[in-house]
Amino acid sequence: MVWLRPQAALGSNPPMSNDLAIHPSPTFLADVEARSGEHVSLCYQCRKCTSGCPAAFAMDVMPNQVMRMVQLGLEDELLRSRTIWICAGCQTCTTRCPNDIDIAHLMDTLRQMSRASGVPAGEANVVKFHKAFLDSVRRHGRLYELEMIGLYKLAAMDFFGDMKLALEMLKRGKLKFLPPGIKGKREVRRMFHKEKNGNEEKG
Amino acid sequence: MEVSYYPGCSLEGMAVEYDRSIRAVCHALGIVLADLPDWSCCGASSAHFLDEELSIRLPARNMEIAEREGRELLVPCSACFQRLKQADKELKKDAARWIDRPYEGKTAIWHINEFFDRPELIEAIKGKVRKPLDGLAGVAYYGCLSQRPPKVTDAPSPETPESMDRLLRAVGMEVRPWSYKTDCCGASLTITRTDIVHKLSGDLFEAALEAGAECMVTDCPMCQSNLDTRQAEIEAIRQRQYGLPVFYLTELMGLAFGNYQATGWWKRHFVDPVPLLRRKDLL
Ligand code: SF4
Ligand code: SF4
Repeated sequence: MVWLRPQAALGSNPPMSNDLAIHPSPTFLADVEARSGEHVSLCYQCRKCTSGCPAAFAMDVMPNQVMRMVQLGLEDELLRSRTIWICAGCQTCTTRCPNDIDIAHLMDTLRQMSRASGVPAGEANVVKFHKAFLDSVRRHGRLYELEMIGLYKLAAMDFFGDMKLALEMLKRGKLKFLPPGIKGKREVRRMFHKEKNGNEEKG
Repeated sequence: MEVSYYPGCSLEGMAVEYDRSIRAVCHALGIVLADLPDWSCCGASSAHFLDEELSIRLPARNMEIAEREGRELLVPCSACFQRLKQADKELKKDAARWIDRPYEGKTAIWHINEFFDRPELIEAIKGKVRKPLDGLAGVAYYGCLSQRPPKVTDAPSPETPESMDRLLRAVGMEVRPWSYKTDCCGASLTITRTDIVHKLSGDLFEAALEAGAECMVTDCPMCQSNLDTRQAEIEAIRQRQYGLPVFYLTELMGLAFGNYQATGWWKRHFVDPVPLLRRKDLL
């Protein structure tokens, strides 16, 4: 089934070309609900999530619209959105939703679905940052901040932003030169491998 | 009183002064901190962004160790606190899925405010005050993750917490009322979308000034770092002078207890609190 964007549907003799058509996924809602365990169907668009969201001003899709897009099956549009990466994970929406939908958790699910689907991330640097963080933890069992910053800067090709800040932090003893070392390093590393083998979702 | 202590990665790096001040304050109160043996990273905000399984496995290892230790667990970083609470709840639901041994789930997990905010400790804190912070006006800023979501944190009042306000009053500070206690400062985006942080943290500074604060007090290493290191940039962008030192709760407790090491803690801050503390006759 092909749905038309409203402006195309309302115009006179809308051209039936692919760039005006959207292709809702008939399984997206069920997939998202199963993966996240969140009852997105319950959302009745009260917009409490959006009104309290500190990052809404920078989003391309409002949190309440995210819910509607899941319900409508607008998978591709949503997984490419900036919103899922701009969400700061502050948990305000989750705390306030009258239907007990864990919206922040849903954002986690959507981020992971977006990565798994292979679409380009709406905010590539956010992905690079979290990858750099986890890479460092995988290597040492704890975060080695200096290494994480280096890994991130390399990935993001951002060599000058915040350089002064990093130097000031070094000067103040807020970044350790030496990497952390723990006995359970291997044990922690194995957790990262588990992730690759079985990635079944939790309820 | 002896408790297990999970410092977390930040307190070994960018928030080392938070760690030092906690140890000093606990020492003064006769609380023995036993570092959780061989603790590992909890995954903080990154694991749950990219990998749900990992976001439980990483903290679950630490909860398993904590249970073996058999004491209450003090977790001063808000992100670590929230992740460990989440893992504790998942382990109680289905331990076999995450670890190789049974899990009883008897470890009480405390963030710093709620840990200190018990009647007997408040009395002990009052008893330790040598130099009440009279005339120092500030706001208590709690941020997000020690409070939200309450189904994970079990926070008694997640929209308007009072525990840090009570503790600061106990050491004599003038705590100003304001409605931004738990508004997000944007810290998780501080490196990647600094523009968003400029808006969110800038709004917090404006609100703090409006509330009549001369400083801000927090118990979250990400919030402190963000509000402290980004303040000068935000002042330049908004063409405003804030000059708001951002203290850790335990730094001010240490100051009030007359701890001689206190000045060493905020030597690491970007916004220098010394002029303010001199003006108030506290140094
Ligand atoms: S707060 Fe809950 S019910 Fe209301 S719009 Fe947001 S998700 Fe839907
Ligand atoms: S968790 Fe994300 S979507 Fe929810 S209020 Fe915070 S920033 Fe907005």
